[in-house]
Amino acid sequence: MNGIAQQPAAVIPVGVAEGTPLLDVRNVVVRFGGIVALQDISFTIPRGLIVGLIGPNGAGKTTLFNCLSRLYQPTSGEIFFDGHSLLSVPRHKIAALGLGRTFQNVALFDNMTVEDNVLVGGHIQGTSGFLANAFKPPYVRREEAALRARAGELIDFMNLGAYRRHRAGGLPFPIRKRVELARALMTRPRLLLLDEPAAGLNHEEVENLKGQIHSLRDHYDVTVLLVEHHMNLVMSISHKIVAIDFGRKIADGTPDEVRREPKVIQAYLGLEA
Amino acid sequence: MITTNTASRLLTAAALIVGIALPMVLSDFHVFQATQMMVYAIAILGLNLLTGYNGQISLGHGAFYAIGAYAAAILMARFELSYFVALPLAAIICFIVGFLFGLPALKLEGHYLALATFALALAVPQLLKYPAFEHWTGGVQGIFVNKPEAPFGIPLSTDHWLYYFTLAVTLLVFVLASNLLHGRVGRAITAIRDQPVAAEAMGINIALYKATTFGVSALYTGLAGGLSAIVIQFIAPDSFTMFLSIFLLVGLVIGGVGSIPGAFLGAAFIVITPNIASDISKAATGAVYGLLLITFVYLVPNGAWGALTVGWKRLAGMTRRS
Ligand SMILES: Nc1ncnc2c1ncn2[C@@H]1O[C@H](COP(=O)(O)OP(=O)(O)O)[C@@H](O)[C@H]1O
Ligand SMILES: [Mg+2]
Repeated sequence: MNGIAQQPAAVIPVGVAEGTPLLDVRNVVVRFGGIVALQDISFTIPRGLIVGLIGPNGAGKTTLFNCLSRLYQPTSGEIFFDGHSLLSVPRHKIAALGLGRTFQNVALFDNMTVEDNVLVGGHIQGTSGFLANAFKPPYVRREEAALRARAGELIDFMNLGAYRRHRAGGLPFPIRKRVELARALMTRPRLLLLDEPAAGLNHEEVENLKGQIHSLRDHYDVTVLLVEHHMNLVMSISHKIVAIDFGRKIADGTPDEVRREPKVIQAYLGLEA
Repeated sequence: MITTNTASRLLTAAALIVGIALPMVLSDFHVFQATQMMVYAIAILGLNLLTGYNGQISLGHGAFYAIGAYAAAILMARFELSYFVALPLAAIICFIVGFLFGLPALKLEGHYLALATFALALAVPQLLKYPAFEHWTGGVQGIFVNKPEAPFGIPLSTDHWLYYFTLAVTLLVFVLASNLLHGRVGRAITAIRDQPVAAEAMGINIALYKATTFGVSALYTGLAGGLSAIVIQFIAPDSFTMFLSIFLLVGLVIGGVGSIPGAFLGAAFIVITPNIASDISKAATGAVYGLLLITFVYLVPNGAWGALTVGWKRLAGMTRRS
């Protein structure tokens, strides 16, 4: 498995990892009937880092993401975001707290244009309601102009200029993934959750994505939690890696440490066998 | 280059000019039909907001049309309010009823929502006949409304005045709907239809948006009902059977689900087709109507407005190439 091969580990920038962690997951358990999808998972995400979450298929990675976006309620455990308990926040208030995400299977608004998809990401930046939108007083026009300007920036940042007016549903998968990332950035997240962003991308696209994840952390000041199967990507850009298998945490540390951990090697080799 | 925005402005202006000129060339009966068409267009637009843009199916919008008509008629006949006051009040009443119906309907998905709204379409005409409410509703006899004359001594016949009044209301509510749908709120409404999980992750309060959209939709369709009471000057329960709900849905699909101007084409279809059908065969009107409907659905599966835009783009492409 080439993924376990040596990769230059990312260097943790001095000073960024201090203070309370941005995300603090404590003893989270998720059960679906008889299946235990997550078993007593605990880890933290320090501010300003790129953290990788790895594990074989079915390990529970997406389930964890879904707990963070409140799609699933953990059977027990606690999750703190920036010191506040997440588990009492309604789903539609998660984005305003600063949690943005992409979906493993890409969940775009298919009948809307690329630009409108990204604009929906700006929903929480606006305040105008039904009446105001119908009558369009000057403040609504200003709000809309500001949203469009920022959407335009992100569309350029993700190299989507050529598709601005295209229907999202008709676009090829790698482009849809970029649209989703632009939409997530539009929410101005402090923690960005990326669920397998490299899946379905070719070598060149993965290299581009690497650059984009690095520069979005620098430009937009976000912390990133990245679920990924693509070992090369995750090992080379993560400052910290959490590995899970069958819902249990099996490793937590720098890419070098995790790469050497026998349980990780076994989990991946076991898959291959 | 002509952008979509300028194109739609030009189109609106052209339609408005035609709309203003129309009574000068049409017979009184056709002016009345054109007025009715605009009324139905507003009702269909209301249904479109809910079903086309927000993805909530309603088989019962005739009920909101009826409530709007009765609210306006009762306010005019029993409270002697001017139709200028009665009409917006009727619309607000329908918003409230729609919002309240929309709240519990949040728990219902797809086909179940269709059934619940259909139940509404069945129940409302019965309730309007119910003896206990007869003092207000006039029971099976219905309610007569005074003929609304043109105000300020405008020298227009009642039919022409009602046409222009309806035209002005139609223009206003279509512009407002178009603004609504092309801004932050409209995007949220459509996002919920396409992908509710992602919409919620973007911070959209789905419950609030769905219930409010239900209210706005009922407001539009109810406003149309109120206008119809003013235009026809008589309402009775039998004008609002469940067939009305079905015809509104027919108009929506024929005109184009999720298109604003399509509402006019859908309205034209539901006003004109019955006449064509009875011209072709007095004995088998229903069969001919059905045949026309099927033919239409086969020929333009994406609605009349969709077909027109595709045709226009092809034409524009051809002229550019030659
Ligand atoms: N909604 C659900 N209902 C029942 N089981 C589920 C549900 N979501 C996930 N699971 C189960 O939880 C386990 C972890 O799944 P998932 O989190 O999707 O894994 P990963 O993303 O790591 O591939 C799997 O066994 C999966 O079948
Ligand atoms: Mg997964």
